[in-house]
Amino acid sequence: MEGEGFRQIESIYRSESRRVIATLIRLLGDFDLAEEALHEAWAAALEQWPSQGIPAQPRAWLVSTGRFKAIDSLRRRARFQPLLGDAAEHLEADLPEGRDADELEDDRLRLIFTCCHPALNPDAQVALTLREVCGLATEEIARAFLIPAPTLAQRIVRAKAKIRDAKIPYQVPSPRELPERLPSVLRVIYLIFNEGYSASSGESATRPDLTGEAIRLGRLLADLLPDAETTGLLALMLLHDSRSSTRMDGAGNLLLLEHQDRSLWNREQITEGLALVKRALSSQRFGPYGIQAAIAAVHAESSDAAATDWEEIVGLYVVLHRLDPSPIVELNQAVAIAMRDGPLAGLDRIDALLARSALPGYHLIHAARADLLRRIGQLGEARAAYAKALEMTQQGAERRYLESRLQELGGNDLPSRPPPGPH
Amino acid sequence: MKYLCLIYGLEAAWAAQSETDRNRIYGEYMAFTEDIQKSGHLLGGEELQPTQAATTVRVRNGKVSATDGPFAETKEQLGGYYLIEAADLNEAIQVASRIPGARDGSIEVRPIQEME
Repeated sequence: MEGEGFRQIESIYRSESRRVIATLIRLLGDFDLAEEALHEAWAAALEQWPSQGIPAQPRAWLVSTGRFKAIDSLRRRARFQPLLGDAAEHLEADLPEGRDADELEDDRLRLIFTCCHPALNPDAQVALTLREVCGLATEEIARAFLIPAPTLAQRIVRAKAKIRDAKIPYQVPSPRELPERLPSVLRVIYLIFNEGYSASSGESATRPDLTGEAIRLGRLLADLLPDAETTGLLALMLLHDSRSSTRMDGAGNLLLLEHQDRSLWNREQITEGLALVKRALSSQRFGPYGIQAAIAAVHAESSDAAATDWEEIVGLYVVLHRLDPSPIVELNQAVAIAMRDGPLAGLDRIDALLARSALPGYHLIHAARADLLRRIGQLGEARAAYAKALEMTQQGAERRYLESRLQELGGNDLPSRPPPGPH
Repeated sequence: MKYLCLIYGLEAAWAAQSETDRNRIYGEYMAFTEDIQKSGHLLGGEELQPTQAATTVRVRNGKVSATDGPFAETKEQLGGYYLIEAADLNEAIQVASRIPGARDGSIEVRPIQEME
């Protein structure tokens, strides 16, 4: 086989492995057994394909080879554990199924819903999804979330044990159950995206590997389950990601939305995102993700901060707050109101939020307040608010941003800048 | 697969219920029990006496010690249980969500360890 053939095998490996594992988990009923079977199936493929050629349906070939390898391995082990013999026979008696494409795609959905089952620890849902659905190595996930690999491995082991012991079924929820099950899947995908888009700690503020995986998952879910919110989430992620190359200056400092060079925003992602927003909103069953995507769409369509339709954005935040009330939404709404009606109007809102201690320990509320105070010339108070925000964040790029603002305020010559928009 | 559904709630609030309210809730429990008996989920279930009737027993160094009260003081108290048969956790969650106590207290769903 030529180099071309090996490249083809490599590309099949990349595109099919996670699909095959999703089906093997269903057929074998066990994550670890399926992982082992996939490994053996690939070992067999690398042995046979170069001389005998790549089978017409490599995916089906890998599934049935993996399944037989698993039965073999259970038989071998059954000499020591008789129960495994029964399991092997049971597996063999089951007709090989799932050859048809729809069934296989359903397996990927089954896998996502199982990994994001609300009965699993929320941190474990994220780890398990990245490991099983995206195929990231344990070490990669641990690095991305800055936790020790053994801790993460333990989390995954515990989650798999709970799936097995509590018998979490491998199935796509029925339409009746979907409303209570879909949110945790969307939450996991958006969490993965956000961790990549604005890492909670560490030097670098973004991790493109994680945003890429989240968008891939979002795309898969929107394809397989084209619900208003799955579409809305995909749109939201694409529109945010379209700005990713302009969120930092050359020195790695954060740039707020109004200082970003909009000509560098990714047009392709914006075009796709805008079309998806339109589809999500027209369904009339839109939810918080669709509305957030609509807000991102207004920014994407505006040539600069001044030309932004802040009236529209304030209105969208009102809808968002009705669907999903949270102090973070109120804070963003306050910032949009400041852009529409001036800094004082925004300050009133923010001070009201602080007065009911709605967001204790959240650095961005103090940063937003500081910027508005500076704009109206209350420099002493602005300085105190920046200092407070700085105390509350460990994230390198955000710290540098706040420090530079504090430094500017230390001098007598103050540049006048507009307050921050959502970034 | 067997699951034990442990019903946790505020004992004091239950004790403070009026006779009418208590009878109404008992009625709901009876209807629910009948329901899951018909559907084949029910294996057993009981209401427990309040925690003031509880005794905690330990054996240390061969010596039995019995002390007053439940093993741990918790915000909500164990007030009763159902032992159910369900195909998987999703089915168990569906059944548990219909226990009247789920509306103001919480139900802990624990799979039963099967003997190998």
